[in-house]
Amino acid sequence: MPDLLIELFSEEIPARMQARAAEDLKRLVTDGLVEAGLTYEGAKGFATPRRLALTVHGVTARSADVKEERKGPRVGAPEKALEGFLRSAGLASIDDAKIESDPKKGDFYVAVIEKPGRAAEEIVAELLPQVIRNFPWPKSMRWGAASAPKDSRFADADALGTGSLRWVRPLRSILCMFGPETEDPEIVSFRVGDIESGNVTYGHRFMAPDAIRVRRFDDYVPKLEAAKVVLDPERRRNIIATEAKNLAFAQGFEVVEDAGLIDETAGLVEWPVVLMGRFDEAFLEIPEEVIRLTIRQNQKCFVLRGADGALTNRFLLVSNIEARDGGKEIIAGNERVIAARLSDARFFYEQDLATPLGEWGAKLEAVTFHDKLGTQAERVARIATLAGALAPVVDAKPEEAERAAKLAKADLPTGMVGEFPELQGVMGRYYAKAQGEAANVADAIRDHYKPQGPGDAVPSEPVAMAVALADKLDTLTGFWAIDEKPTGSKDPFALRRAALGVIRIVLENGLRLPLLPLFSKRLDETTAADLLSFFADRLKVHLRDQGARHDLIDAVFALPGQDDLLMVVRRVEALAGLLASDDGQNLLTSYRRAANILRAEEKKDGKSYTGEPDHALIHEKGEAAERELLAVIENVEAHVEKHLKLEDFSGAMASLAELRPAVDAFFDHVTVNAEDTNLRENRLKLLNRIREAMHGVADFSKIGG
Amino acid sequence: MNEAVPAHMSPTRSFQGLILTLQRYWADKGCVILQPYDMEVGAGTFHPATTLRSLGPRPWKAAYVQPSRRPTDGRYGKNPNRLQHYYQYQVILKPSPPDLQALYLGSLEAIGIDASVHDIRFVEDDWESPTLGAWGLGWECWCDGMEVSQFTYFQQVCGVDCAPVSGELTYGLERLAMYVQGVDNVYDLNFNGREGAERVSYGDVFLQAEQEYSRHNFEHADTGKLLRHFQDAEGECEALLAAGRDEAARNGGPHRMVLPAYDQCIKASHVFNLLDARGVISPTERQNYILRVRSLAIACGEAWLMTEAGGA
Repeated sequence: MPDLLIELFSEEIPARMQARAAEDLKRLVTDGLVEAGLTYEGAKGFATPRRLALTVHGVTARSADVKEERKGPRVGAPEKALEGFLRSAGLASIDDAKIESDPKKGDFYVAVIEKPGRAAEEIVAELLPQVIRNFPWPKSMRWGAASAPKDSRFADADALGTGSLRWVRPLRSILCMFGPETEDPEIVSFRVGDIESGNVTYGHRFMAPDAIRVRRFDDYVPKLEAAKVVLDPERRRNIIATEAKNLAFAQGFEVVEDAGLIDETAGLVEWPVVLMGRFDEAFLEIPEEVIRLTIRQNQKCFVLRGADGALTNRFLLVSNIEARDGGKEIIAGNERVIAARLSDARFFYEQDLATPLGEWGAKLEAVTFHDKLGTQAERVARIATLAGALAPVVDAKPEEAERAAKLAKADLPTGMVGEFPELQGVMGRYYAKAQGEAANVADAIRDHYKPQGPGDAVPSEPVAMAVALADKLDTLTGFWAIDEKPTGSKDPFALRRAALGVIRIVLENGLRLPLLPLFSKRLDETTAADLLSFFADRLKVHLRDQGARHDLIDAVFALPGQDDLLMVVRRVEALAGLLASDDGQNLLTSYRRAANILRAEEKKDGKSYTGEPDHALIHEKGEAAERELLAVIENVEAHVEKHLKLEDFSGAMASLAELRPAVDAFFDHVTVNAEDTNLRENRLKLLNRIREAMHGVADFSKIGG
Repeated sequence: MNEAVPAHMSPTRSFQGLILTLQRYWADKGCVILQPYDMEVGAGTFHPATTLRSLGPRPWKAAYVQPSRRPTDGRYGKNPNRLQHYYQYQVILKPSPPDLQALYLGSLEAIGIDASVHDIRFVEDDWESPTLGAWGLGWECWCDGMEVSQFTYFQQVCGVDCAPVSGELTYGLERLAMYVQGVDNVYDLNFNGREGAERVSYGDVFLQAEQEYSRHNFEHADTGKLLRHFQDAEGECEALLAAGRDEAARNGGPHRMVLPAYDQCIKASHVFNLLDARGVISPTERQNYILRVRSLAIACGEAWLMTEAGGA
């Protein structure tokens, strides 16, 4: 069966877009082939900085003939109806239609439309221009003479103005070959913009720029390889990773792993050549994070560690050519650029160190945090007060927490953080240490941003915890106060992440932190409740990710005043424990029975059966099981209350389970809807009592399954 | 052409030699070689030969050196790489020719960068000028890891879609010269290509200026006067555009006041940069100033399309 080979050759495609584009090309072409009635055995897309390529093998040579019958109007229908039918069916005369009979509707016309199958080449030639014109690049552009306005006396006749072909960068040539393995494939000929498809591609921009004639995928890949182009990005990545490792190993070093950088460099070269350079050892005085970022971000080079784990003064660069001089000039050039970058970094570092951190922090008075929430300095003051107040909760010294909070954002105006915003906190820590701040204060400056994502660790040192909590809670209450809450996918101030951060810090450190009193300092009751329910939602997501049941969390949050995250989670765990037992499951069944009866009767009678059952009546006229239940329930209530006071939720759950035999016996032997209305009312009140007792622990009505 | 070039004019030994080599190269490619625009601008793009000429349907090819002022980049002459005044070499080709990348690489070869021993790369860099209401797609061009040029296909300028699209090349001349001369400090560049007593360095020409202007930009520029200058320039730009528009409406024919109005837009932009360096513009105000300059640029662009050079 024939194979299809496509290559779209262009000026340099941004590295970050290549992988997606190769996939898009594959999807759009193969979907188009299938839609046109062809089948294929397999397909694979490739990308280099200058080309997208696609091979599709085992394509059917023709699509099948299709015969379609289209029902028309009845015989003798008005002329207009007949004309419309002929037009839509593509018939010249009504004599070309056949007549069919239907017992109900009588005789009517049927057009038989035969669509002969089409050659795959024809389908491809029609499909490709559409794929190219509608390609889903994240950003695309126009170029060249074709982009001149079509009605201008200055433009070529075929200019199209703003309607001209768009591509990620100028598209320069198209290769498209189709044919069976046994024969010479042929060019699938089509035109897009001013480009005519052909059988030509080009090699490496500098090492083998000449045109190459290609027949099929099997000779395309080796011919490119001979022309210093590695087509497969996976292979380029492997070459980079292996060469880097070997070069490092030969010197006794280790590459600092960086998969993102391997991907990016593989998207910047067609022929990867890894080279090692060095920089002045004196630069190693600069913080390691700064060196790594400078070299990685600006220069897209890898850094290396020595056997002792410290950074070395070497780096690895990935060049795009085998230079005639073995890379001497390239290394020398890169070394000079890196030296200049590092000396810039050192300049910032020294400048920053020359001013005390407190003075840098004072500059935050001129920086707006948010129009409605004041300056960064005002924010810092709030965080410091809150951190001091939270200190006892986390066992930190209030003065240390306040000190760390006051300095926590002070590095934002420094030169280094201006240059590398991702070093916020990291630089603050270095500057704090340099001016003799306590180690836990300095660490807290760095760690108060944690956790930055689901995979990031939470701070565990008390001062860092206090500042981290204060920072996030200030942000959340602030944005709630001005009614800027996340909606749908929009969360510009990362409030979901802040709430999740609070949740994780509290839970992973086992902190007792009732939230409502903190919220109510800044928010009215309704808004505070709304923020708490936002936390409930985030907690649900968090616990669900850890495998907890959604409905159990609902059952606990339905209780009034649940603002202590740790207690909520303990209760959920205890509830899960109870429900995992037979007692728990049976108790749930009994609960539902009681709740169902109550609901039905309360609805029927239009009243609720709250209030104390008449004990005397039970003792005089009630059944044994009823008397037993009353006794047990009073006991259980007392036990549950005792355990809840001690925050022993498992104990409370176990106490609830004591209800089970008495409840079972009650349902087995007692008729709730007794003839005697007093007895009936009393029994309903007894059921209500069960429901209430259980609701003291969790809202069992929310539990599903 | 190398055989005709004396040693002191070699781009690898002389800053002015580098400039003259580029002038010669682009002149040979059919460009109009212009002299720098006689106003303070932040980048070569602000020159009307790029901003305004990139609008409308008329073909255009030009190249020129443009002194560029970046007041906040002043370092009192103490930083080996940063200057508040430096030279850009600017090339604009409209419509962008199909071999623009090859033409660019040819210019590197002309100034002594041999592509068989250097690693030349086109790395994604989308260009945007919020003050000019302009954007384009292209690359920063790397030579051995150093950015030596910007390469942009203009898509929109002054808020107007470019038709046809121009190709713009911007070379950072000092950086390029440092590279080809093998110098690590900009002030050590050989300016005139001579040696011994006749040698003039970049520092001889510009160090004092960097020191004085850094003090001016950061300490002495009178912010009260600058704020007024900004308002004056803004008002003048709008008034001139209105005058040209009214004349055109009254007498028919093209708008005849665009270039003078655009000068005022340039002035407003530079005054804004100075105010920014003086640190008197808060982040929220900053956005507002940028929008004010942009609306001037957009108004100039619209008016340009009503002129003869704009294709009207």
